[in-house]
Amino acid sequence: MDLQNMNFFVSLVLIFTSAAFTDNILLARFLGMCSCLAISKKVDTSIGLGGAVMFVTASTTAFNYLMYKYVLVPLGIEYLRLLVFIVIIAAFTQLLEMIIERFSEKLYYALGIFLPLITVNCAILGIALFMLNKPYSFWQAFFFGAGGGFGWFLAITLIGGIREKIKESDLPKGLEGPAITLIIIGIMSLAFVGFSGMIKI
Amino acid sequence: MAYTPKQVFLNGIWLENPIYRQVLGICSTLAVTNLLANTLFMCFGLIFTTALSNFTISVLREYIPKRIRMIVQVLIIACYVMIVDIIIKALVPDIHRFIGPYVGLIITNCIIMGRAEAFASQNRPLLSLFDGVASGVGYSLVLIFIASVREPLGFGTILGMTLPARDLWWHSWIIMVMPPGAFFMLGMFTWFARRWLVKEVKR
Repeated sequence: MDLQNMNFFVSLVLIFTSAAFTDNILLARFLGMCSCLAISKKVDTSIGLGGAVMFVTASTTAFNYLMYKYVLVPLGIEYLRLLVFIVIIAAFTQLLEMIIERFSEKLYYALGIFLPLITVNCAILGIALFMLNKPYSFWQAFFFGAGGGFGWFLAITLIGGIREKIKESDLPKGLEGPAITLIIIGIMSLAFVGFSGMIKI
Repeated sequence: MAYTPKQVFLNGIWLENPIYRQVLGICSTLAVTNLLANTLFMCFGLIFTTALSNFTISVLREYIPKRIRMIVQVLIIACYVMIVDIIIKALVPDIHRFIGPYVGLIITNCIIMGRAEAFASQNRPLLSLFDGVASGVGYSLVLIFIASVREPLGFGTILGMTLPARDLWWHSWIIMVMPPGAFFMLGMFTWFARRWLVKEVKR
């Protein structure tokens, strides 16, 4: 689809939906699997981590966009992008941790263990890198990040729900834990593949 | 620490294999295994980065302050990944177009952070280098196995060469090269691998 000739708001909605559903970062791009497998044992922890990731993804994608477009490209040092992106993400997470600690102790304890995990969540760096391949403007990049984060949140919450139920069942030896989770994710991913082709950006 | 090189090697490749034992580094495992050629370059990148970043972190382990060690480790890893990224881009631009983002994601590959934290920050440099290579090889073996199942079933090719069966009677299973195929394949592989290993550990 031609993003340039489209109504600006329509393009934002399309980018958000396609990043969240048709190109789901966890189920179609395989990013953020490690923390997903480790954390998704319960619904409420899944929601906590998912929310934090969504917030960080949306903000750092926008930051990284500005940094890439206005600092790295003019100076001709695009090859440093990996270093710059990871530093921005780490710094942002650190900052977020300090702000939350200062203003809401309750939220800080609820998110406590997840915040350091966010830096090494590949979904965030991944969305920033995928964003570079697309001709987005600033707001479009922001919505791409937000949509990707929302997709991750959605997927991990669904997986958390299924895993809570499956804990009760009697599984063959060796299949418990990661193996059955991967197969469940495979089935969910089949469902999400059904969305693909609806929107192509 | 009483690790002998042999023990380190066995741990990395088999007993403590990063993928099916520790469940680390799953993202790239799933993403690049639909073509064997992509997989080989990814494995090269990962072994290079794990080995050298383990070595560097181990050399510097006395000088890195505890509080900021995560960020220092990430920076060291990022430098090596940039080198790999540039090398792959120069050698095979076609493959780089597809696996490019995933090469960048080696930075956040949990295997490297995991080894840095669990091994390199406590052991001598040479042993850490060895440990990095072993983990990388363990990862590569699983990846190559999965890719050499997915590519023939999904495309009817191996390393880009058409298998004779494809022209005669084989209908490609497109699902194998799509995301769900990756999840099923890895899920089943983990199941079987753990099944054997449970016995081994008991003995």
